[in-house]
Amino acid sequence: MNTISYLEASTLALRQEMERDPLVWALGEDLGRGGVFGQYGDLQRRFGPARICDTPISESTIMGAAVGAAMMGTRPVVEMRFSDFALCAVDELVNQAAKARFMFGGQAKVPLVARLPIGMWRSSAAQHSQSLESWWTHIPGLVVVAPSTPADNHALLRAAIRCDDPVVYHEHKDLWGLKGEVDERAEPARLGEARILRPGNDVTVVTWSKTVHVALEAAALAGSPSLEVIDLRTLWPWDRATVFGSAQRTGRLLVAHEAVRVGGFGGEIAAEAAEQLGVKVRRLGAPRIPIAYAKPMEDQARITAAAIAAAARLLLG
Amino acid sequence: MTQRPNLRDLERLKRHFHIMHRIRAFEEEAERANRDGRVGGAVHLSIGQEAVAAGVCSNLRREDPIVSNHRGHGHTIAKGAEPRAMMAELMGRAAGTCGGKGGSMHIADFKVGMLGANGVVAAGIPIAVGAAQALRLRGADAVVACFFGDGAVNRGPFLEGLNWARIYDLPVLFVCEDNGFASTTRTKSVTGGPGPGPRAESLGIPAHEVDGNDVARIDELAGELVARLRNGKGPQFLWAKTYRLKGHTAADPARYREAAEVEARWQDDPIARLRALLIELGVAAGELDALARAARGEIEDAVAFAQSAPFAPAEAAFGDVQDVGAPQP
Repeated sequence: MNTISYLEASTLALRQEMERDPLVWALGEDLGRGGVFGQYGDLQRRFGPARICDTPISESTIMGAAVGAAMMGTRPVVEMRFSDFALCAVDELVNQAAKARFMFGGQAKVPLVARLPIGMWRSSAAQHSQSLESWWTHIPGLVVVAPSTPADNHALLRAAIRCDDPVVYHEHKDLWGLKGEVDERAEPARLGEARILRPGNDVTVVTWSKTVHVALEAAALAGSPSLEVIDLRTLWPWDRATVFGSAQRTGRLLVAHEAVRVGGFGGEIAAEAAEQLGVKVRRLGAPRIPIAYAKPMEDQARITAAAIAAAARLLLG
Repeated sequence: MTQRPNLRDLERLKRHFHIMHRIRAFEEEAERANRDGRVGGAVHLSIGQEAVAAGVCSNLRREDPIVSNHRGHGHTIAKGAEPRAMMAELMGRAAGTCGGKGGSMHIADFKVGMLGANGVVAAGIPIAVGAAQALRLRGADAVVACFFGDGAVNRGPFLEGLNWARIYDLPVLFVCEDNGFASTTRTKSVTGGPGPGPRAESLGIPAHEVDGNDVARIDELAGELVARLRNGKGPQFLWAKTYRLKGHTAADPARYREAAEVEARWQDDPIARLRALLIELGVAAGELDALARAARGEIEDAVAFAQSAPFAPAEAAFGDVQDVGAPQP
């Protein structure tokens, strides 16, 4: 066990997978110098420029080339730098990567990982702060992942690289520096498995990515109801068994995420829980406003521990 | 005018004649079947453009992938796909190349290196350069041919993908099949500057203009360009000027152009031109008629096969989606 950061955990995961499989490679802007956040470390020095490939600012072709390269039997890791920029590659991700296997009748799979860092970070304003993970959950063919800890970033990224499906992999920019214990010999995670991080009796709180830490903070607040905090880890496919098991016990489900509440993935989980179990549900997400630059306005889009505790209290009625 | 081939390889020209007839017959049957409902959806015909597919693909090996666009029947046939499996795909049958999940617009046959037609204009260009990068990573010496139309040069992936091929020196032959129309709009009326060739040149890729209805010349030029690719000379651009004799789709009567214009273009039919050349070179008309009949017969057999082939079970709609996570109702 080593204590390393969420960022270092991702570098370690990619290094291990590249050592294990010569057909794993990465492409994106700035990778040679370590990537825009440094998450590619010294990998280009280790593996050379063909496998840690510096590209032009050409998001459509970064993603589209990865689709072609994946169909030809390699395992590309696509770096989009900010999830916001992946919107320049939506055709390639949605119409090509997600559909190729199906529309060609299973003649090829598309084993690519698209890394789309999400979230609010250092006053980055409206085009560098979004959390758009729910978009990809809507697209048949895609797997959607959002790790919240260094250990998970290590284990889930390795699982994503080994997965034969296209995986949209969301790291949270505000978690890069988060430290935690990582066992580099641990097996890759199983995609689609949630984890109960804190047991509780009153309300099940389902969350992911950075909001996991906010929910844990909420659970520790004086006067908060007893919260069972579930880190979903994989948004598609999401772990119904774990979520439903907990919600059935507590009878109340709160979904909290940093993304805009309207059309957010919380709505899907809440609706499923209400339909299948008849439990009381609530959703907590950002208001439907672009994210502002100045801190006081930016904070209007932030989900706080106090807000989670308050929403849980409303469920208790 | 048809240029005489430098290499009077009659057998090769006869093979082109056969393949072009096969493409023509396939598309005429597809057009008929689309009209009477046996083939659904949009069917984009390449009638009049067969020389490009035949001339380029005859220079490729089975392991050299091609990437196509929405008008992809000709490329697929020329790359060696079985007409039976292709027609079954158009008719949505389980025996189709894609099990009936793709249809005309997404026809693909990976076992002959045909990586897919595409419903999105220019979307094949990034896929082609990525395929070339993967081949290099795997140590293969194959080359990639990427077919697209003149409409594609106005989309971003054209700029991105050509630049990409140049900076990594990838062995990609870009084939711009310029049929004059972007859907139902004359491409010239929506394209700035001197067109596809100069745009490729501006990105450092040598561009070669060719009469797209002259299969002998296309074959010869594509042969030279593919040899350059195999010798590590980097990407090449072939600008083949042809004409779309049919509408954008089989359902498009193309009223946006004069009948006289189309009639004049039929006089330049690449198949008729090749026939005239072969007769000039001393091939008997009877031999050519027999080749054309044989091609027609293969396609009639493909139609009969497809029509009697079963549909895939409806539940197959839930297959080939993804490994992780079952499809949700």
